[in-house]
Order: sequence, then C-alpha cells, then structure tokens
Amino acid sequence: MSVIDKATFEELKQMSGADFINELIDAFLDDAPHMISEMQTARATKDVESFRRNAHSLKSNANTFGALELAALAKELEFMGKENNLDIGNRLEVLNEEFGRVAEELKGMRV
Amino acid sequence: MRSAHEPGNLLIVDDNKVNRILLARGLEKDGHKVEVAENGRLGLEKLGAGSFDLVLLDIEMPEMNGYQVLETCLQNPELREIPIIMTSSLDEIDSVVKCVELGAEDYLNKPVNPILLRARVNASLEKKRLRDEQRKLFRTFATKEVADELLKSGFSLGGKYVNASVMFADIRSYTTYAEKEDPTEIIELLNDYFALMFDAIASYHGTVNQMAGDGLMAIFGAPIHRDDHCEQAVRAALEMMELLEGFNQERAALNKTQIKIGIGIASGRVIAGYTGTQHRATYTCVGDTVNLAARLQAQTKVIGEPILIENATRMALGDVFKIKSHGPIQLKGKTVEVEVFSVLVGQKV
Repeated sequence: MSVIDKATFEELKQMSGADFINELIDAFLDDAPHMISEMQTARATKDVESFRRNAHSLKSNANTFGALELAALAKELEFMGKENNLDIGNRLEVLNEEFGRVAEELKGMRV
Repeated sequence: MRSAHEPGNLLIVDDNKVNRILLARGLEKDGHKVEVAENGRLGLEKLGAGSFDLVLLDIEMPEMNGYQVLETCLQNPELREIPIIMTSSLDEIDSVVKCVELGAEDYLNKPVNPILLRARVNASLEKKRLRDEQRKLFRTFATKEVADELLKSGFSLGGKYVNASVMFADIRSYTTYAEKEDPTEIIELLNDYFALMFDAIASYHGTVNQMAGDGLMAIFGAPIHRDDHCEQAVRAALEMMELLEGFNQERAALNKTQIKIGIGIASGRVIAGYTGTQHRATYTCVGDTVNLAARLQAQTKVIGEPILIENATRMALGDVFKIKSHGPIQLKGKTVEVEVFSVLVGQKV
C-alpha cells in the first residue's frame, strides 16, 4: 500500500520540475534520519525545545512530499513537545518505521 | 513561465534543506539571484555582509529563530528597509500574525505554492523599488534622517508644538547685483550658492524647507527632535560663512561680483507640521520664533554682523562660541525689545 499521496507528489514534481525532484528526495532522505535521531537524543536529555523543533521540521517535509501518515505522526509529537510532554510511549518507534516505508517508496519515485 | 519582473537579490533563511531547495530553485528559475542560510544567526551574518532586496524567513529555527531575526532587522537602520516574507506552516498562523504585526512584509504558507511564491516575491520587490525611488526623491530636498522619518510616518497633515531653531539666510547685496548681471549668470550663481548652503545645513542636521528668490529658511531639531538644535544651527551658520568665503574667493579670481549674506537664528517653541494638500505638501514651522528669526536676518544689514541670534539660542550655547552682545533692540513687528547677539565669524570650534 502506498504511503505517499500521489496527487501531492505530482504537484510537487510539477512545480519543482522533474530536473530537481531527485535533489529534493535526496535532501529529505539525508535530513530526516538526522531529525529522528535528534528527537531520540532530545527525548533522552529531556530537551523539549529540540524535540518539538525537529518534529516540526519532519512534519513540514513529510507534508511537502505527501507522506500524510508520517506528517500526522510528526505533528502529534510536535504537539506533545509543545505541551512539554515527552511521555510519548512508542510513538517515535512507530514514526521511524513509517519513515522507513516512506523512504523506500520515495527511492522508487526518483526519475 | 518566466517572470516579466526585474530580478532581485534574495536571501532564504530556513533550517530545513528541503524547504531551502524548493524555494531557491523556484526563485532561481524566475531569474533571481538566491543565497541561502541554514539558521537565523547565519542569515543575519549574510544580511550584514551582502546587499539583499528581499528575505524569505522561516520562523522555527535553531540558534536564532525567525522572530529574533525579524526584530534585529527592524531595529537596524541598515536592514530595516529590506522587506521580509515569513514562511511558515499553516498551523503557525498565530506566529505569522505576530510577525506581520511586528513589521514583516508578507507571509507564505509551506509547502509553498509556486504561483503565490512568485506573486508575493515580485510584489514585494516592486514595492521595495518604489520605496527606494521615493527615498531618493525625498533626499533631493531633505536630509537622510528627514527622508527616513517621512517614509516611516507618512505625510499626515497637521501640526504640533516642537522646540526647534529656525534659520533665515538671505543674500544682502543681491538686488543691486541682479540688475546688472545676465539672467543665466544669476541662476548659475544662485544654484552654486544654494548647493553650498544646503550642504552646510544638512551637515548639521538641518532641513531647508523654504526657498524664495535668494532667501532660504531652515529648521533644526524638527521634524526629528534633537536637544542640541541651537548649537547645530549656529555651527551650520558658521560653516555657511566659511563656505561663502571660499566661494567669493573663486568668484574674485574669475572677476565676478562677490556676495554677502545675512543669517538670523531664533530658537523656541514653534508649530511645525506638513502644510498643504495631499497632493503637494511641505514641512514648515510657524509662530513667533519664526518671525523673530526673519527679523534678525533683516537686522544683520543694520548691525553689520552676518550672524545674529537672540537670547534663547544664546543661552543654549554656553561658552562654546565667541559672541558679542548688541543689547536690547526694538525689532520691526515686535512689541518688546529683544536681546540681540552676533556670533563672530571665522572661529573654529
């Protein structure tokens, strides 16, 4: 099952042009793992601000590519960070797994 | 589609690489020159070092966030004029409102819609160009400070009381001179003379607000208040006399008539404001202080000293200048006698 909303992705491809959709995908696949690991560190060190900011960035990028479920998970964590609540259960692990699926699918969408 | 607009120098400040690429490539396609910065601090560094027409600024960033960058820019006279478009996600609408209230030019939601991006960027660049043009125009008749103040506050007509020094300057032997000279020569003489006088007045933060024939009126301490307006006005007068001496020496060498001028300065409360209509307005001052400055200027012919001041100006000067008292004098149009002083020319202070 697809984890990328095709309409959003097509729109992005159109506005960016096929010539640099690859650059965008690579940037995301490069950056997102850093954001997730920053969130893990932030959770361990109780750095709510960094946790929230990285969740925010991840959400923003996920929305750009149409990774709607990933965006929703990141948004929830951003919100919890905003509420000073790092009692997030296994949400970060769930998010990481979702990112794995998104990354796989995006790799196949390079042109 | 290529934009028909003129390209600009743009700076994108965003900690998110995907966003930076997305914005930068879209704008580069439109012919703009784009630089990027990864956080607020680096963004400010680039702003300080370069010359940008527009900034696209993210709100959520490490090190220095968008608010801090925006506030720093708005407080910096060098950066204040660069329009800033905030870029933010939809759920940050409260933050965006705050930024626009603070003074951001506009905002864009992320993910950015390319058509909106192009429209807002080009509109902001166009507005900046117009403002730059306006500023250049203002500077032809006002100092930089006044031009900036005008742009900031707008031309609201209406007066207020301010404490200021008013100066009148006039060419004393102008009439006889005008009768025997060629008209072209006279206009040339006036242009050279005014250029020098404007320079001297602007150097001491004064604003020339009226010119009539060979006379001019200038205001010190308004529209932008300064405590030392009396001293600035007197310094400007001394500078005017010094420049005039050089001017006369040049004219003597060319075997042309030399000119003498009289300057009157009075300080105190004046009613100042923009008078006129929405189509044509001028900054001016009215009130007793203004009349007194004009009378003192006229009195220079009688007393034979080129710079005359009254007691309020005299009191504010302290002992900085060499000043001669001429005692109380009955000036035309005044019911009581006025203490008149002359400021001795040629003194370096």
